[in-house]
Amino acid sequence: MTPERLAGGAAPVARGATPPEYFEQDEARGARPLHLAGNTPAGGIRRGLMALAVAAFALAAPRADAQATGDLGLVVERASGSLLVVDQSERARVGRIEGLGDLSHASLVYSPDQRHAFVFGRDGGLTKVDMLDRRIVDRVVQAGNAIGGAISDDGTLVAVSNYEPGGVRVFDARTLEMVADIPTASKTIGLVDIPGRRFVFSLWDEGETWIADFSGNDPEITKIDGIGANPYDALATADGRTYVVGLFGADHLTALDLWQDPPEPRKILPEYAEGREGRPVYKMPHLEGWAKAGHEFVLPAMGQHEVLWVDSRSLAETGRTPTHGQPVFAMARPDGRHVWVNFAHPRNDTIQVIDTLTKKIIHQFKPGPGVLHMEFTPRGHEVWLSVRDAGRIMVYDTQTFEKLREIEADSPSGIFFTARAHRTGL
Amino acid sequence: MAAPAQAGGPDAAALERLVRQDCGSCHGLSLKGGLGPDIRAPALSHHDRQSLQRLILDGVPGTPMPPWRPLLTEADAAWIADYLLNGGME
Repeated sequence: MTPERLAGGAAPVARGATPPEYFEQDEARGARPLHLAGNTPAGGIRRGLMALAVAAFALAAPRADAQATGDLGLVVERASGSLLVVDQSERARVGRIEGLGDLSHASLVYSPDQRHAFVFGRDGGLTKVDMLDRRIVDRVVQAGNAIGGAISDDGTLVAVSNYEPGGVRVFDARTLEMVADIPTASKTIGLVDIPGRRFVFSLWDEGETWIADFSGNDPEITKIDGIGANPYDALATADGRTYVVGLFGADHLTALDLWQDPPEPRKILPEYAEGREGRPVYKMPHLEGWAKAGHEFVLPAMGQHEVLWVDSRSLAETGRTPTHGQPVFAMARPDGRHVWVNFAHPRNDTIQVIDTLTKKIIHQFKPGPGVLHMEFTPRGHEVWLSVRDAGRIMVYDTQTFEKLREIEADSPSGIFFTARAHRTGL
Repeated sequence: MAAPAQAGGPDAAALERLVRQDCGSCHGLSLKGGLGPDIRAPALSHHDRQSLQRLILDGVPGTPMPPWRPLLTEADAAWIADYLLNGGME
């Protein structure tokens, strides 16, 4: 296999070859199929040109060369402001996209068709990239300092959470034009999408959670206070029902049942560190939608070397597992049977794997210096780790723990497979 | 990849890496700020070497700035203070 299989003749054939057909709501009974834009003279001409273009492409590049994106992914190269396009099945990098600015704390989300990614850079940059053409489609610098983002369930809105000037800004996913500005007096964190064209986020300085509802003409904001001191990150479950907020400034976490109106904050794991000295936290933990293993949440403790288990329905504590260091990510393998944990500086060379049934560590190893992120293949048979200071992505079999591949990368951090496009709350 | 105190004094390469990567996880890779504040030289003008060294070693209680004393020597912290005050990132 060639490690650098670049775009080559990949792709553009199928794209746009068939104009979408649909029935207008009021014409459904008449059942007259319409071609999008085909009912205007210009549209008709465009369609004719498209047919010619398609014919030309068909000669130049056989359709078999078109590449699907379902097993692709992007890896953030944090120091060089670039993304690697990777292929899960080939376990290889297949391209690179450069020029994305400061990606030192970057994350991204995917369009519903898994072709485009929206990348949220530390410098406030919102960049739309094309997975197939391996290029930047559009880029706006929408704030001074951003922390993350989310895409609405219908794929039309991209929201960005900002540290400077704070607040959340919402953009049209097609044009990257701003459609809403939600100022807050605070840094915002824990921004996620939930069903109903809604976003949820929390305010670091104010201890509030806001729900922004974009289902109508104007966004409606619901503010929930009493979340707790200094929310540092939050997660939503894959069904969009439960929102769990991690707190830096309080000795518990807070959960919201988003099916209630209004949701009431509920303390979980009250006083989990009581009577124990808080250790210095050299990197804030992350909470993500992968925190649910079976019927339990597994959550990093703040200032303690342990992960905490909580029943996802009753929200009662079900156990604790002592760990090698301050956990950063505790991620359930997609089947929930194991949980993989990485750690804060200076213990960030190690991974521990916990068995969900016994809550005991069943495997520990040192992939290398600076293990920043993990991403499971969608059905969990393999996991990709970014090992920043080794300049490598490492791929492991999750059953045997055997290393399957090393892939060169420049200070890799976040790894994002396109299957995320179809999950709520990432 | 801690930045250990070597017998010969601070290990500049290791400390520079620590500042960029690990301080950077809160203050940004370019130190322009994140959850933590901007720590480029102009933003630190109210500090001198000694006050910044103390702050690094002892942290800022009530904020996420942790004490680095468990991981850094006095000399390491002084090196980092100089590095930041002299705009080592630029």
